[in-house]
Amino acid sequence: MIRQFELVLSLLVTLIVMVLGIAILGFGRGTGYILHGWVIAGFSAWGAMYLVNHLSDPAPVIPLEYKDNVIKWGVLACFVWGVIGFTVGDIIAWQLAVPALNGDMWWSNFGRIRPVHTTAVIFGFGGNALIATSFYVVQRTSRARLASETAPWLVFAGYNLFVFLAVTGYPMGITQSKEYAEPEWYADLILLFTWVTYLWLYMATLARRAEPHIYVANWYYLGFIVVIAMLHVVNNLAVPVSIAYPKSYPLFAGVQDAMTQWWYGHNAVGFLLTAGFLGMMYYFLPKAAGRPIYSYRMSILGFWGITFLYLWAGSHHLHYTALPDWVQYLGMTMSIILLVPSWGSVFNGLLTLNGAWDKVRTDPAIRFMMVAVLFYGVATFEGSFLAIRPVNTLSHYTDWTVGHVHAGALGWVAFITFGAMYKMVPWIWKREGTYSLRLEAWHFWLALSGTLIYVGAMWNSGITQSLMWQTYEPSGAFTYAFIDTVDAMRPYYTARAIGGFLYLLGALIGAYNIYMTVNGPRVEAKDTDARPLAQPAE
Amino acid sequence: MDGKHAKLERNGIAFAMMILFVASLGGIFEIAPLFTIENTVEEAPGMRPYSPLELAGRDIYVREGCYACHSQMIRTLKSDVDRYGHYSLAAESMYDHPHQWGSKRTGPDLARIGQKYSDAWHVAHLKAPREFVQGSVMPGYPFLSETPLDTKPLPASLRALQRAGVPYTDAQIEAAVRDAAAQADVDVDFEDELRESYGENVQVRDFDGQPDRLTEMDALVAYLQMLGTLVDFDQIKTEEIAR
Repeated sequence: MIRQFELVLSLLVTLIVMVLGIAILGFGRGTGYILHGWVIAGFSAWGAMYLVNHLSDPAPVIPLEYKDNVIKWGVLACFVWGVIGFTVGDIIAWQLAVPALNGDMWWSNFGRIRPVHTTAVIFGFGGNALIATSFYVVQRTSRARLASETAPWLVFAGYNLFVFLAVTGYPMGITQSKEYAEPEWYADLILLFTWVTYLWLYMATLARRAEPHIYVANWYYLGFIVVIAMLHVVNNLAVPVSIAYPKSYPLFAGVQDAMTQWWYGHNAVGFLLTAGFLGMMYYFLPKAAGRPIYSYRMSILGFWGITFLYLWAGSHHLHYTALPDWVQYLGMTMSIILLVPSWGSVFNGLLTLNGAWDKVRTDPAIRFMMVAVLFYGVATFEGSFLAIRPVNTLSHYTDWTVGHVHAGALGWVAFITFGAMYKMVPWIWKREGTYSLRLEAWHFWLALSGTLIYVGAMWNSGITQSLMWQTYEPSGAFTYAFIDTVDAMRPYYTARAIGGFLYLLGALIGAYNIYMTVNGPRVEAKDTDARPLAQPAE
Repeated sequence: MDGKHAKLERNGIAFAMMILFVASLGGIFEIAPLFTIENTVEEAPGMRPYSPLELAGRDIYVREGCYACHSQMIRTLKSDVDRYGHYSLAAESMYDHPHQWGSKRTGPDLARIGQKYSDAWHVAHLKAPREFVQGSVMPGYPFLSETPLDTKPLPASLRALQRAGVPYTDAQIEAAVRDAAAQADVDVDFEDELRESYGENVQVRDFDGQPDRLTEMDALVAYLQMLGTLVDFDQIKTEEIAR
């Protein structure tokens, strides 16, 4: 009964999305938009067909094991988007070093493909890593199978459809130009459906747990899911021009739009790139090290501190602007206090390694995770520092911000992901271990040197440019014209692009290593908690 | 604390509700008041909604993702004001759906770029930036001069903005296609009608150097040339703008 209800509901949602796709391809104008209509309609029609075909099937016997097949696809999507995102990132880095690489064609300029990079890495790479690991973690820590057989596929497919529409839309000029919220209304709607399904699935799986307590990693994943839902809805409120066009106008204007945007933007960092990946850390680090979490109390403090404080911090992106001063000061204050729970998590992670520090030397995956936590500490300290108003006069509008973001994104988000993937992939595919520890180590050192070169170059370029902007002659005139400050960036832009290339190279080696691991021989699982506990009959 | 939290950990729905409550406080306290406090958006003489041609230009600015390298927000810092002009007022972006304040200055701020350079300079610079500014890293946009401006969606665009709160009149919406063409018309047949409809500070001329064509370049240059030019700062006492 429940199964039938679920299938019909899934079918309904798929059909709504299909109608949206048909409307777009029918009424739409402009090649890119119509193509998107076809993709949405075709994709959801295929899903609907599948659901219809299985509607009258007898209820399948659900095996007493974890539902891992969707996670395997998530790993694949994570690496595919990762490689695409890193590649495009390095291309745009070279565009700044060698501007002729823009090509001056309508689809190839920096402005249009920069969001391809940000969306592919944040939502494609990061988002898929979080969805895949959250499915893994919630099942193991709850000793329960995912609560639905179809919903995980809807989440995976809907989410990647969203990323695909977003990433292919930008080069064709389909964008809201709201930073990190560029996708237009129809892609936003698809993400909304997906996200509600994700939230329901996560809650329903938690409800089936055989453990009395919800494990700390799940708090963070849940925080990520709930808060992203809130941010996504509020920041993307918009009035579409008509069904004929992909274009919409955001509901808010000027100051209100700016504040809403950075409330969103800063917390996409706070809850996707931080809370979600802390969830990853809280499961995979202790599991890999074979040590319990250092402090339960620090986990509680860290979690609620982050959940409360982060949402106030967005206004530090708007220092000295037309935003009322009191909001700026409030944002600055909360950003500084935010260091406390952030570093609480850092110490909780590092001290968990007590008694297992030798593994940092011998196990590259643990080394990845340990260095990730260090970078998290560096980036959160830097974040609080940059939120201080006078410091912000130096850093804002410069590459320092870009360097700060990449210290977090390359050093923390991607490092913890690679570490977790090197552990999770052998576990779900039932392999002895990764294909090659040597390649893992190569990946680690390439990624680390790439990150350090990148971040170092951006610190230098950011501070240099800002100081040049603020240098006066005794006469009161500026010493440097704007273009002089652009000229001074040339060596740093080249260095950054080289750093990015090293990072990409490492990721390619990582992807190959993962591929070979999956291709390797299967072993029988020895884990005692490798199965869910039996559920009472429904 | 531990005991109470242990209770919360046993209830998934309560836990999720608690997250939502705690996380919503920041937005409620920081964003909601911006819609009610009178001085968030001050009065500024001269502010008006974008003319259809300027709006089309702004849509192109948004489409090309110019915000990735150009800010439109002059901060209250001396080095900002000396380089770019009077600091930006909240009112100056009151019709900006979405705002384009930006977060990065790979290129200079554009909040007051209007009327600082000639149309011809903008057109030539947009086509091939490095031929005019040695060392620039800006991409070229030669295709804008070749692409006819699609004015068909403009009435629907104005209507959507009207729904979002921009005070366009129904007459303005109806005349949007005509107004867009008229603003870039070299013969300036409708100059008076445009001024009457949108105000004295509408700039009417051929912008892209191709008088016989209405291109995307016309729209983008029309937009760039009006940026930051609307508010008459002689009429404002800045001390009176409570912030």
